Amino acid sequence: MRLVNIRPARGPRILIGAVPIAIVLVIYAIFSAARADANPNDKVLPTFLAMAQAAWRLFTQVDPRTGEITALADTTASLWRLGVGIGIATLSTLLLGIALGVVPLIRSALGPLVTVIAVIPPIAVLPILFIALGLGEASKIALIALGIAPYMIRDLAGFVAGLPAEQFLKAQTLGASTWQLTLRVALPQALPRLIDSLRLSMGPAWVFLISAEAIASDVGLGYRIFLVRRYLSMDIILPYVAWISLLAILTDWALQLLSRKAFPWAHGAAR
Amino acid sequence: MTAPILQFKDVWVEYGDKVVLERVNLSIAAGEFVSVVGPSGAGKSTFLRLILGQEGPSRGEVLLDGTRLEPECSPDRGVVFQRYSVFPHLTALGNVLFGLECGAAPFTARLFGGARRRARDEAAAMLEAVGLGHSLGAYPAQLSGGMQQRLAVAQALVKHPRVLLLDEPFGALDPGIRLDMHELVGGLWQEHKLTIVMVTHDINEAFKLGTRVLAFDKRRHDPHAPNRYGATAVYDVTLDRKAKAKGPPPELLAAG
Repeated sequence: MRLVNIRPARGPRILIGAVPIAIVLVIYAIFSAARADANPNDKVLPTFLAMAQAAWRLFTQVDPRTGEITALADTTASLWRLGVGIGIATLSTLLLGIALGVVPLIRSALGPLVTVIAVIPPIAVLPILFIALGLGEASKIALIALGIAPYMIRDLAGFVAGLPAEQFLKAQTLGASTWQLTLRVALPQALPRLIDSLRLSMGPAWVFLISAEAIASDVGLGYRIFLVRRYLSMDIILPYVAWISLLAILTDWALQLLSRKAFPWAHGAAR
Repeated sequence: MTAPILQFKDVWVEYGDKVVLERVNLSIAAGEFVSVVGPSGAGKSTFLRLILGQEGPSRGEVLLDGTRLEPECSPDRGVVFQRYSVFPHLTALGNVLFGLECGAAPFTARLFGGARRRARDEAAAMLEAVGLGHSLGAYPAQLSGGMQQRLAVAQALVKHPRVLLLDEPFGALDPGIRLDMHELVGGLWQEHKLTIVMVTHDINEAFKLGTRVLAFDKRRHDPHAPNRYGATAVYDVTLDRKAKAKGPPPELLAAG
């Protein structure tokens, strides 16, 4: 049988997928054990036990200086910034993207501006944001929103403008005004696409969040890993990276689930 | 003869140097089933788009009930396209309700309570009439190609348009399904006393369904400037029972 025709069944497929991950973990365990043997105070490759101890401390014990559990305070602060940032981006995408997609006049007027904003590297405007909005929450939120919104707006505007012209004509023959067309034809079809583009934008959104926190912050997941880097605390950095990854996976999964439940017509024929 | 529903008065359509339609003069009476045939690029779709309002003439005018048409679609002309006529995010019932909701609720485009129940009954009856009474809750993706076209017809008819436009409505369907659709559209035309303009590639279909056949083609052709001259209705025949039985004339079959 040719290689391209061999398709593993569900059980074996999960097993095949788990093996490389297990190998990576085992190799790490071997090397970290070897380094710990040579030097019990080694910081570069902490053992799983050391990482678990550090994570336990950060996730359960109250920091006497701040009166809060460090990891939870970091997570709350970061998720709040991320949530507000992507909320603003999503809302502006919904309004601008659909307006640009539906109304040719608005597309002519604002399309070039959005394109220009989209090509500016967001990190390059971070100093401007710090100067204009200060070092507080506003500049971090603005960086996330500015970083992902232009891409999402362009994506959604292109998608809406690319809906079959027949649909817009048909709606008009059924008596739909511009507003009714936007509300009942463009908006509902744009929503699943918006969720898709949000899922793709979550990666960049985390990058902007961690960058902003690394540069100027006093709490947050990004702030913490850049802070403890000074002490080579890999036993904290690695669990934090794993925690961020887990949050990202959960967000992606939740968005996917939302899209499937709310817009069954967009996912095959399921009812 | 009663006053015509549709009139074309010396209509030209030009895109820059390219003349698509020239000197189209004809009128269509209420209750006619006009089939439009012709080779590709002979302007039959342009002819349909003029009636639909998707575009306007470069010269001349198109009149609906004696009033000049604006180049914009409106609910007095219903349409069924070959594809993409139905909204994928609405159920069959939702697709038909949409037209009623747009007319009755300018801001929300939704109906509630008793108004919704009445509209729902009307939409369900229309779906029953096209043979979709058992698929009210189905999304278009769950319907076959023929059923989607039935849905598109119901969606258009619920607005009681003055003219129903069909743009190669059966072009993408299997031969057997196509015959079913002929029966459906022919029946609805008689029952609802519709005026229909149908563009088709299939000359036999044109003669089978139509009471009148228009063939579009170029009267003159300059081989050095193929876009110099536009097409017009070169063949316009009203079919009585005898002409229908005889079928399409051989010269038209050869040209099509």
